[in-house]
Amino acid sequence: MRERGDPARRDGWVRVLRPVVLTIFTVGAAGAAEPPPGASSCSGCHPVSTKVEAPVPTIRGRDPAKIVAAMQAFRSGERSSTVMGRIAKGFSDDETRAIAAWLAAQH
Amino acid sequence: MIRTTRRTFLKGGAAAASVALLAAPALAQAKARIIVLGGGFAGAICARELHRADLSFEVTLVEANPTFTACPFSNAVIAGLRDIAMQRFGYDVIRAEGVTIVQDRATAVDPQERRVSLRGGAGFGYDRLVLAPGIDIRWGALPGYDEAAAASMPHAWKAGDQTLLLRRQLDAMADGGTVVISAPANPFRCPPGPYERASLIAFYLKKTKPRSKLIVLDAKDTFSKQRLFQAAWQQLYPELMEWVPLSNGGKVTSVDAKTRTLVTDFATYKADVANVIPPQRAGSIAEVAGVADPTGWCPIDPVTFESRLRPNIHVIGDAAIAGAMPKSAFAANAQAKVCAFAVTALLRGEAPSPPKLVNTCYSLVAPDYGISIAGVYHPTGGQLADVEGAGGVSPADAPPDFRALEAGYAEAWFRTITAETFA
Repeated sequence: MRERGDPARRDGWVRVLRPVVLTIFTVGAAGAAEPPPGASSCSGCHPVSTKVEAPVPTIRGRDPAKIVAAMQAFRSGERSSTVMGRIAKGFSDDETRAIAAWLAAQH
Repeated sequence: MIRTTRRTFLKGGAAAASVALLAAPALAQAKARIIVLGGGFAGAICARELHRADLSFEVTLVEANPTFTACPFSNAVIAGLRDIAMQRFGYDVIRAEGVTIVQDRATAVDPQERRVSLRGGAGFGYDRLVLAPGIDIRWGALPGYDEAAAASMPHAWKAGDQTLLLRRQLDAMADGGTVVISAPANPFRCPPGPYERASLIAFYLKKTKPRSKLIVLDAKDTFSKQRLFQAAWQQLYPELMEWVPLSNGGKVTSVDAKTRTLVTDFATYKADVANVIPPQRAGSIAEVAGVADPTGWCPIDPVTFESRLRPNIHVIGDAAIAGAMPKSAFAANAQAKVCAFAVTALLRGEAPSPPKLVNTCYSLVAPDYGISIAGVYHPTGGQLADVEGAGGVSPADAPPDFRALEAGYAEAWFRTITAETFA
């Protein structure tokens, strides 16, 4: 998530100042990768911590292929659910793959 | 946005010049400063996510109360099914994580100087301000309903003392009494909330005061999860409950706290216990900051949650006009996380990517009977809209074990979201 800059604005003093701003606002530890669309909503129901007692599974750090397969099965109705079928229908395969990859990288 | 960024560049440039001359000490003062006002389901998680996104951010969470009392499941407290202690959460973990917590109330926001003033006298400058003030009651919008009236006809729409007052009144009411709930017109916090409350109060009355009556006077003809609620009421509480919609004269036009009466265009209802859920608006600091529009709520950009009215100020949770997203704790939490990543991107001079957000909202019509509504949302035409084909409510014909499963999921959701926010 590093600043890549905008070539159209890389002229004059803006060009000089831009790296300076970087220095100021990204001092310290780099943050986690930005979640792809929809991914940050999952933890509203799926616990981030295994300390939470819940019938809903934690989904971080899982095999992304299994997450994608589960979402496809929820979407098609092949796998029964209460709310997941309704939610899975809101995401394409590409979006689901991106979410699964991000979740897999979380710990 | 570009102009804002350039101004940031200029300030940054000046600071950087000082850094070059004065070396390390000045550098610390140039960290990006973010203030979050309000430590509920939106603000608390937003502050944590901002802190985690970049440990160099100076994140300050301003919250007036030392503990948070959660609204979801407070209807179970009102019905005598749950201890209010289970609704309370502290800020110690968030503080220990590195977020600065200031127990105070914001009294002024200067968008030009980018400065927040607190009642206690302190002031803080910010690069980005996040408002998560929840709701305030629109006192006086319903004639006769002011703060004094709420002491005898509780709204219980902010959890805490009001919740316990309504609980005590129900507890003290004799069998054969009449409970009246007044539900407001849209928009308001927690669209299915009045109907979950009616359900759980009916459950309590059926069990302990079966000769009593519950009347819901509604300023609307339709409401969230309506068919599911009405089917459940017919099944569980047929004699006890009556719902009076707008078109049958359900809109309460005035109340009298002294006699505990509610007046509509067609009738006057004398209640033994009256729960007036009044018209609402964004928490008052929104108006002070100039981010509330004439409706009392806050228009926002659906990608960044930045105010449409004031730059560098973001609004999340119940206070925001979030298009198709309801004013729910789940939505507030989802918005808070999206906003935190957008603010992070903006402070780095990057363009935030368009988000998708989810809402899932459970209601209990009885302790073992849960129903839900879900939605998926994306920015379209400058507003958050439903993703077509997704979302919807629980099936109408589900068997009892499905309802029991959703009741269990409802409780698990509460444990999960409060753990993510406060633990």
